[in-house]
Formats: sequence, C-alpha cells, structure tokens
Amino acid sequence: MPNHPVPVPSSVLAALKNKTIHLSAAKMIHSLFLVNASGDIFLEKHWKSVVSRSVCDYFFEALERATEPENVPPVIPTPHHYLINVLRHRIYFVAVIQSEVPPLFVIEFLHRVVDTFQDYFGVCTEAAIKDNVVVVYELLEEMLDNGFPLATESNILKELIKPPTILRTVVNTITGSTNVGEQLPTGQLSVVPWRRTGVKYTNNEAYFDVIEEIDAIIDKSGSTITAEIQGVIDACVKLTGMPDLTLSFMNPRLLDDVSFHPCVRFKRWEAERILSFIPPDGNFRLLSYHVSSQNLVAIPVYVKHNISFREGSSQGRFELTLGPKQTMGKAVESVLVSSQLPRGVLNANLNPSQGTYTFDPVTKLLSWDVGKINPQKLPSLKGSMSLQAGASKPDENPTINIQFKIQQLAISGLKVNRLDMYGEKYKPFKGIKYMTKAGKFQVRT
Amino acid sequence: MTDSKYFTTTKKGEIFELKAELNSDKKEKKKEAVKKVIASMTVGKDVSALFPDVVNCMQTDNLELKKLVYLYLMNYAKSQPDMAIMAVNTFVKDCEDLNPLIRALAVRTMGCIRVDKITEYLCEPLRKCLKDEDPYVRKTAAVCVAKLHDINAQLVEDQGFLDTLKDLISDSNPMVVANAVAALSEIAESHPNSNLLDLNPQTINKLLTALNECTEWGQIFILDCLASYLPRDDRESQSICERVTPRLSHANSAVVLSAVKVLMKFMEMLPKDLDYYGTLLKKLAPPLVTLLSAEPELQYVALRNINLIVQKRPEILKHEMKVFFVKYNDPIYVKLEKLDIMIRLASQANIAQVLAELKEYATEVDVDFVRKAVRAIGRCAIKVEQSAERCVSTLLDLIQTKVNYVVQEAIVVIKDIFRKYPNKYESVIATLCENLDSLDEPEARAAMIWIVGEYAERIDNADELLESFLEGFHDESTQVQLQLLTAIVKLFLKKPTETQELVQQVLSLATQDSDNPDLRDRGYIYWRLLSTDPVAAKEVVLAEKPLISEETDLIEPTLLEELICHIGTLASVYHKPPSAFVEGSRGVQHKRLPPRAGSGESTESPDVGQSGPSEAPPAVIPSQGDLLGDLLNLDLAPPTATVPSVQPSMQMGAMDLLGGGLDSLMGDESDTLGGDIGGSPSMGAGLGAAPAAMPASLGGAPAVGGGLGDLFDLGGGVGMPTGSYVAPKTVWLLAMKAKGLEISGTFARRGGIIQMDLSLTNKAMSVMTDFAIQFNRNSFGLAPAGPLQVLTPLSPNQTIDVSLPLSTSGPVMKMEPLNNLQVAVKNNIDVFYFSCQYPLSLLFVEDGKMDRQVFLATWKDIPNDNEAQFQIKDIHLNSDVASNKLQGSNIFTIAKRTVEGQDMLYQSVKLTNGIWVLAEMRIQTGNPNYTLSIKCRAPEVCPFVYQCYELVLKN
Repeated sequence: MPNHPVPVPSSVLAALKNKTIHLSAAKMIHSLFLVNASGDIFLEKHWKSVVSRSVCDYFFEALERATEPENVPPVIPTPHHYLINVLRHRIYFVAVIQSEVPPLFVIEFLHRVVDTFQDYFGVCTEAAIKDNVVVVYELLEEMLDNGFPLATESNILKELIKPPTILRTVVNTITGSTNVGEQLPTGQLSVVPWRRTGVKYTNNEAYFDVIEEIDAIIDKSGSTITAEIQGVIDACVKLTGMPDLTLSFMNPRLLDDVSFHPCVRFKRWEAERILSFIPPDGNFRLLSYHVSSQNLVAIPVYVKHNISFREGSSQGRFELTLGPKQTMGKAVESVLVSSQLPRGVLNANLNPSQGTYTFDPVTKLLSWDVGKINPQKLPSLKGSMSLQAGASKPDENPTINIQFKIQQLAISGLKVNRLDMYGEKYKPFKGIKYMTKAGKFQVRT
Repeated sequence: MTDSKYFTTTKKGEIFELKAELNSDKKEKKKEAVKKVIASMTVGKDVSALFPDVVNCMQTDNLELKKLVYLYLMNYAKSQPDMAIMAVNTFVKDCEDLNPLIRALAVRTMGCIRVDKITEYLCEPLRKCLKDEDPYVRKTAAVCVAKLHDINAQLVEDQGFLDTLKDLISDSNPMVVANAVAALSEIAESHPNSNLLDLNPQTINKLLTALNECTEWGQIFILDCLASYLPRDDRESQSICERVTPRLSHANSAVVLSAVKVLMKFMEMLPKDLDYYGTLLKKLAPPLVTLLSAEPELQYVALRNINLIVQKRPEILKHEMKVFFVKYNDPIYVKLEKLDIMIRLASQANIAQVLAELKEYATEVDVDFVRKAVRAIGRCAIKVEQSAERCVSTLLDLIQTKVNYVVQEAIVVIKDIFRKYPNKYESVIATLCENLDSLDEPEARAAMIWIVGEYAERIDNADELLESFLEGFHDESTQVQLQLLTAIVKLFLKKPTETQELVQQVLSLATQDSDNPDLRDRGYIYWRLLSTDPVAAKEVVLAEKPLISEETDLIEPTLLEELICHIGTLASVYHKPPSAFVEGSRGVQHKRLPPRAGSGESTESPDVGQSGPSEAPPAVIPSQGDLLGDLLNLDLAPPTATVPSVQPSMQMGAMDLLGGGLDSLMGDESDTLGGDIGGSPSMGAGLGAAPAAMPASLGGAPAVGGGLGDLFDLGGGVGMPTGSYVAPKTVWLLAMKAKGLEISGTFARRGGIIQMDLSLTNKAMSVMTDFAIQFNRNSFGLAPAGPLQVLTPLSPNQTIDVSLPLSTSGPVMKMEPLNNLQVAVKNNIDVFYFSCQYPLSLLFVEDGKMDRQVFLATWKDIPNDNEAQFQIKDIHLNSDVASNKLQGSNIFTIAKRTVEGQDMLYQSVKLTNGIWVLAEMRIQTGNPNYTLSIKCRAPEVCPFVYQCYELVLKN
C-alpha cells in the first residue's frame, strides 16, 4: 500500500492559488477516495478524468490539525477542488468536486455508498472493501454516471450486481456464471422504482419497529434544559406480489415533523394522517420523525451526583446514583454511564453497587456498565478520585453521558392503531415492536 | 475466496503474467485476469500497459466481463487514444443490442471516453439512443449529451442535440425529465447567456409533475432548476410553493434544503398579509430543526444555511433556540456554528437561558470553543440591552477563574460593552486592571490599553500602567503600539501636567524609532495637533465616540440575498458569492430575490444586482464590519461614525481619524495605502507621509491639496440650494478610500423632484462598470427612485455626471445628525460607503403654504417648549426680497405685519413626510441681524430649518 505523497510546500500552494487554469465544467462528484484511520488511501474511483491523489494532501493537513478524528471539517477547499468528506466506520469517504455542487447532495450520496457497502458485505470496513474490491468498483460505477446518481436503491442495485455470498462464489467458480444481472432491473423505471416485480415468499410477513432515541441535556440541578425525540419506524416487509399497505396511529398528532420514505403517499398523509404505501421489498426505513423540545418530553431516568474537589486536597469525591423516572412502568435496561473526568484526575477508586466500572487513566474516561435499573435497589457508584499532588482544583465540570434501552415503549407515546393490506389475497403475519433508547443523553454536573 | 487474492501477486513480472492470462483461451481465466487488472487500478497502480490486451476481451457475451472492460477503458482511454479507436466498433454494435441494459451501458461508457476521435463516432448512436423506445436508455443518453458537451461543445450544438434534450423535458417518464434537466443545467452553466433552460409556466408545470415521481436525486435537480425561475406574479409563486412544500418531508436532506431554497426565494413574492405566507413560515421550521438531528457533516452544512436563513427571516426559528444548544460531544465545527446562531436568535425573551448556556460552555475544554463562548456573552450584552448587566457579571465571574485565555477574551469584549454603554459599568475597571500582567495576546493588550486610556481620569495610576507597556514598545505588535500611542495622547489631554514626559516619549518612539509608516503617520498627526492647537486636539481625540452597532458580523444585504438564492450550495457554506470562489464557473450570473408583489418600491432595475426592494432595505452599517475587516475587533471606532460637533461635512474616513480610532482604517489599509497615495492625484505633497485624510483645517496645517481643498473650504456647512442655487459639489468619497473611484456631489430640488447630482471619477487604471447605489435608512426615507444611470463603462481618468432622482418613500430610521445620509455605491470592483448631509430644504414641498387661520391655530397649539430662537446675522436684505428668496426654496410667507418699524414675517414650511414647520422672522430696519423663531411639533428639525434659512438668505 503506497503511502500518500509528501505534502506540497506551502509556497507552491500559494503559487497554485494564483494560477487559474481552464477547467471542464465538471458537475457533481468527480472522484472518491477512501482513507483509513491511519491516513492511507486504500481505494480511489474517478468518474471523470483522473484526479491525482495528491489532492488529498489538503485533507491530510486538516486531519493532522483536528484534535479528534471526528473534528475534520466536512468541506475543505483546495485551489482547484473542494473535498467533501464523511467519517463512517472509521473510514473517511472523501469526495472530490470541482464546481458548485450542493454539499448535502454529496454527503447524502456518500451515506448511500456506505449503506450499500454495509448491505452488500455485512460490514463496512477496510478489510471488507478490499476483499470485494471488484464488486465495490462495479457498485460505484453503477451508482454514479458522469457525477449524476444512477441507481442508489438497494433493491435495484441487487438486481444489477448480485451481492457476494460464499455459496455464490463457489457456484460461480464451478459454473462460470457471473455476479452481474443480465436483465434491466424492473424497478428502475416503473412508478414504484423501489419495488421489484415478481416477489414471492412462502411466509408472508411484515414487521415494524418503532424506535425512539431521546436526546437531552439535564443541568446540575436535574431540570431539563432541552429534550427531544428522534424516532424512526423501520420495517422488514417480506410480502408476495404488489401489496398496498396502510398504517394508522392512535395519536398521529404527535407526528408534525416527519420525513418519509419515497413510497409513502404524501397527499393521503396530509389529508387523513394515514400512511399509505407500496412497500419496498425487505428492510427499509418507512419514516423518521422528530418530537421537538417544545412538546413535553418524558425523561425516563434521573441521576443524583456529587462530584467534588476540595482546594488543596489531592482527593476528590465521586457519588452517582441512578433511578427510573417516567418509564410508564417499563424496565430501564442496558444502562451504560460514561464520563470524561477532568485532566487532573490520576485515578478513581470507586465501588459500584452493581455492574462493573472501568477508568482509563490515559483518556480519563470513566465508564460504568450498570445493566438493569432495579427501582427497589437503585444502582450507585461511590468512592474517591485521586488528583495529582499539588495540582490545583480542576475547573471543568465533567458531563455524564447515559445510554439505556427501554423495551416495549415509545417514550413519545406514539402507538400504531392498525395495519391493513390491500391488493393481495393472502393473510400476512404482522408485528409491531416499540423501543426507546438514549441518544445524546447528557447530564451536566 | 475473496477479491483480496487479486492483490497477492508475488512475482516481479506481474504485468507480464497478467498479459498472458488476458490472452488465455479460457473464458474463466480471462475474466479473473481482468478482475486482477481492475483491482490494481482501484488502488492506483498503473496498468495502462495492458490496454490492447484488455480491449481484446471486449467482444464477449458475458455482461460482467464487458462491464469490467468498460471500466478499464474509461480509466485509460485518454492515455491510449489510438488504441481506444479499436473499441469503437464494439460500442456502435452494442448500441444496437436487443438488451436495453447493454444499449444504455454502451452509450454511457462511450460518453466517458474523453477522446476527441471517438466523439465523432458517438453522434449517430447517441441520436438513436435519445429516441430509444426504452426510457432507461433515453435517460442514460440525456446524461451522455452533457458528457459530450463537456468534451466538444460545438459538436453538440451542430448536431442539434440541445434541441433533442429540450424535447426530453416533456418526456413521459419522470426520470428522463429529471436527467434532461440535470444535463441542461450543467450545459447552461458553461453558457451563462444561452436560453437553454427556457422556463415558462408550461415547462414549470411539467417539472412539478415530474418532481413528484422521480428519484430523490432527480428531485434535487428539478428543485434547483425551479429555483432559477421567476414567477410572473404572486399567484403563480404561491402555487409553486404549494406544490414544493411536500418535499420538506423527504428523507433526503439535500432534497429538503433544495426545497427550502425554492420556498425562501418564492415567498419573497408573496404579500406578507397573506394567510398562506404565515402558513409557509410555520412549515419551514420543523424540517430545518430535523436536519440538526442528522449526522454531524449534514448538521454542519445545515447550520451554515440556517445562519443565512435566520439573518433573512429571523421569525422562522425564533422559538427554536434550544435545538442550537451545544452537546459536549458535538464536533467542534458544529459547536462553533451553533454558537453563532444562538447569538443571532438571542432576544430579551430567551436571554436568560442563552446566558446560562454560554456560561456553561465557557468552562469546557476546547479552547477555541471557550473563546468563542466568552465572546458570545459580550455580543449578547451589546445585542440585548436588558441583559447587559447580567452579561457583565457573568464575564466578571469568568475573569475570576483566572484561566488565561478566558480572561483575555473577556477583556476584549468588555471593551466593546464600555463602548456600547458608556458610563455604566466602569466600576469593573479595577478588577480588569488586576489582570494586566497576564495579558499576552495583542488583542487583549490593545483592549486593556484602550480602557486605560479612555478612563485615564478614573484610574489613579493610569500613567504608571501605560508607562509599563511603553518599556517594551518595539516588541509589541502594531495593533498594541497604535493603541498605546492613542491612549497616552488621551491621558496627556486629560492630565497634561504630570504626563508631558510620557507623551513626548511615545511620540518620539512612534515617529523616530519606528519604521512602521502607520505608526509614524499617526505619531506625526498627534504631534502636530498637540503642538498647534491643544484645544482642537482635545476636541478631536476626546470627541464623543459613536455608539457601536448591535451586530457586527451580519452579511451584507445584497450578498445575503444572493446567498439565499444559493441555499444548499458551496456558496452558502462559505458565505461567499459563487463567482468569488468557484473556478471554471464562467460568467456566473448574480441571482437576486424576486420583488414582492404590489410593492411600490420595485422600481429598481433588476440588473444592477442591488438588493431586493421588499423588506426594509438593509442597514448599510453593520455590514461594514465585514467589508473593512472586523473593525470592531481591530479597534474601537467603527466607520459608522458620525462626529456631529466637530466637522459635519467630513468624510467618514476622516471622522474616524478624529474619533481617536485611527487604527482601524490605517491598520486595515496598511497594505494598500502606499500604492494609493502614490497614484492618487487628489493628494498633494502635504505632510510628507501623512495620510490624505489628514484633517487640515483643524490643525491649521497647510491644505493637503486639490480635491481635499474643496472639502475644507466649505467649512462646516453643506451648500444649500435656493430656488436656482445649488451648492457646488463636494467630494464625498475619496479615490484612495474607494480603490480609485472618486465621488463628489450635491443635492438639488428641481420642480418638486429631489435629485442627487453626482460626479463619478475613475482615478484607477482599469475600467469601472456595473454601478449601483443604495442608501441606508435615514430620517426622511430618502431612497433612489431609479437605478444609477451609468450606461457606459467609466474609463480611467474619465468623469461622468449623473443625476439620481430620489424618492422619500424609503424606510425611515432616525439618524444623527438628522440630515445624515449613508450611501453605498457598488461597482465591478467593490462596494464603498460614505456618508453625506443634505440640506433640509430638499424636503420642503411646493404646497407648503398654510392657510392663515390654520396657521394661527397651529401656532397656538404647539407648546412653547417646542419653540426655538435663532439669530441670522449680517443680512442686508429688506423683508420683501428676503421673502421672495425664501419662497424659491418653498418657505412660504403667509402674512406680514409691521409693528414699530419691525417687519414680522409669518412663514410655513411643509416637509415631505407631512411635518409642518412654522416660523416668525423679525426684521428691524437698519439691523442686519434677523431674529427667527421656529415652532414645530418635531422640535429636532428646527436647527436644520434655521440652517436652511441662513444659507438661502446668504446666497
């Protein structure tokens, strides 16, 4: 794997900036580079003329300046190009563009690339990409033509390029058949581009998961500064033929800020607050919604904390107790507490009433795997922290980050009323699950 | 078995080995070999040497193999053009294949082979594919036209492909429509003047229909295309908005933002009282908020755009403050953007929350973020007056933390707070002085020095403090040196007895020991000022400073409008017009917002690229921060300055000088100053290296020369037109302040029409074009009634005279002084600002003669407190001549009485805004001094009316 070339001296860069060259009016994405965590380019794809990978030097400069991997600015200007990057699964996807392009367009496209890789290879890692480099190349070529997105729906792509499976690889080797579909994908141009025709299942089933993530900032005294809910309804639909589904809610009022999968008929939603759609085949996100901070958002857990340092003492006190708050009687599970303790803290000697804790003296990251909260016996973590001798009292107050899950509950109160199917004769098996998770749930101390 | 096996070549003769495999008879082996070649290509290895061998594999029935070979071809055809020709036949054949997938693939690949020779062969197959029965092929072919155009534009035009492409906009398949739009938009970008995307209500309707049915990417193309359309009226505008709003609920954020762009642009045309307008405003907030829960990269782009949206329409997000609160693990680029928007949304209603948050942020770990948070507290204090006290106490708390960079930032912002609220928070100075030693950043040092100088009389040991800075004078940065010089001069003027030595020391340091021309110049100015006329020096240096404006970093309104039209693009992320930074965008057209329906002000011609006429025109002032560099940060006297008492007719630049804030302008222009001085004919030898704006008349120094002479000849007044008398033009904008553009002018009222007579002189070396003019809000709503008519480009050394008709229907804001007018003039080079003062007689209307009875009643009705008395001296006119003369300026005599040899003239004046001014003028025979009593319900106009009397009578 060749390393990226030495960075261009800044005097040369300055000279470059003053030079104007004639450029082709290349619309949209020109090239894509994949860069791993150690800063090596491990894949490049050019949709137009080849752009030298030295263009990535500007990205590497930004990477070096960034204190954390996620702090690299998403849009980086260079004398002749713009670099737009996203960081996913510890891989930077760096797109090179040459003219005025909507950056969100590029970012959304890159997300789609990541999703597709994940869909095809199960994981999106450097190893998986390298293992499937030819498929990756075929996919990228199919997804973008002249910088215009061509086929980004997983259903269509899968008809054009079959995902690699161990079985197919073996079969291909024996029979000499190929990974590439010979037929024009049926969905490509129909009115329902997201669904292929001729779908057949022996067991017809449709599952919907209502998943809500609660983002909140709680201040020192325990009152809520801001809290909002990001919800999604993910579906796994395996139904024969061309089913037409409707989904209605007990309390659709909650959904005033929604983003739909293209399959949802918007007019019907506007008029009747009913989701009516011909579903894509397989897994897809039906809608995502947002319950804003202006509605009252229930906070399912509370934290009592006392993290204090005394001036002149090399010891600090640490006490943390968790308890359930508004959980509608459901159990709070998979609780994980983490906190970045002040830099001056050398070590922590704590005693958890349940679960295990770790403290990394290098990164100062404290994390406590609590498990389930038992309302009768609240979990707590108490003990002392040792400070550098003679160091002054730390100024910063650590923020406590909490993760948790609550099964069978959508914290916003959203409930599905009924799910009906039209257009096909069989009786499908239907199921709906609810879950609430913590998103960015932060407690200030 | 995975593809990684393709990388594991062990032997040296890798290429040789591949060559053999490619020429193998076995299909399977061939395919494996091509895969190996592709794998090498992906990681950047050069496998171009295998070109002929790979091309040989092209003629195959195996679709996968064909695709792989195509991939290879696209990459290397450019380096092997002759070889690439060999492939042409296969392409042409494939374009006729029965399978549409192969037809499309062939035409798509051919377009990607950027070899001139191949393009000729491409035309016929492409023509067929554009009319193919299968929409998949048509949509691929549409994109291919754009590709071909990129390689050979002439060929595409000659072959008539553009027309075919236009026809495809009416295609039955939405995907074909979307791709045709995308291709046309791309082609149009390189032909800015062509009428390629000829949008009319019919095509718009087709696009809107296709919008509902095509893919997300197609929707983006169509929405971006819609955004460039200008609806005929508000009804059409509304109907487009209605059909676009469903896109706000799309899962793809790029679709959402493109839809926001269309709506933001078209709602400009909707009357504000329309119900739908309110509905639309409400609909815009949720999708914008939702964008903030997406991945950080998306958030960043969204935030940059929201920053524009809240500047244009703050009402959309005014209740959404909380979503901009920072989470501690947000990436830094998101944090900084959120902070910026929090300040923009801060208001009295939410300030408590915002301050609590900002204080929290100031204890975070990230230094950049903490600094910006501290700065934000200061900006809140300046923006929301009611919160100033809390902000100051918060800042003091932060200073107590003794964290070095926090203290320094806090001092920098406290300085601004002092400027905004003089004589309110000076009690904290003692606390600030305690931290003097810890300041090591120039900006903080300069701020502290300014505070010491400004409040020298309240700080007992001010001289000691300043002296301590003086010790390392030459090691300080220019900013600190300039500030120190000014501060010590201030100190000297306040405490002359004990600081004489100090001031001499600093003047000699600045003038003799420094090789920085700015510092030297300022040193000389002070020196001369102090030695010639200490009283004048005091007036100049200690003049009352203008208040600083609320928001210093607002985007200049014309730019904002243009950026709103480019929401979602790179331009919106960088807050720069597209023309400023994207290379290869030939002749980008400046976009502007459409005029609001029924707006009486929409007379401006659309091509001047001026701000839209709807909304109140933009305060010119705040944007100066942007244009002149962040003046406030640099120094303390923003050029909004109007120093009323000292020299009313002076240029803004000059005022700044006087305001004691030399640094800003000088520091800012230091790199251009030298050249400008040499090239500027308006400058005589004068004071050696002293800047041109040296206040000659004040210091009694020799007049600086040419253009400036005129300016000062007029002393404090501005010429007043009498009936036919129009004051001579004065220089309003100096060439050296405006990159070579000199503007002089005067005002006149001719036959009831107010005119601004301007002379534009080009003193630069290059031609100037694209002139446009705009006024800041002013006391009487003066606004240009038409565009600035400069039809031909202004060549170097050419002067052109233009008369700009003015209306008085512009937005109103009280100015200080009342008759101050701030003007922005734009040309192809830049935007320039100046301020001038107009005679109030400009506003005296022709029907200003009041009925006698009404006059009497009104006179009694106006309280005596509103009466002002003036003396007009040295007038040798009898009452009739005087009355005639005044009538020429629309000051009407209603009645005349003679009592005891004293003529009493009763007169009335009506201003354009309907204000009546009543006057009584007493003329005693033989006495050249007239007594004038003026009564008006708005007493602040009285002195200006008096000014008019004086000027009319004396000319």
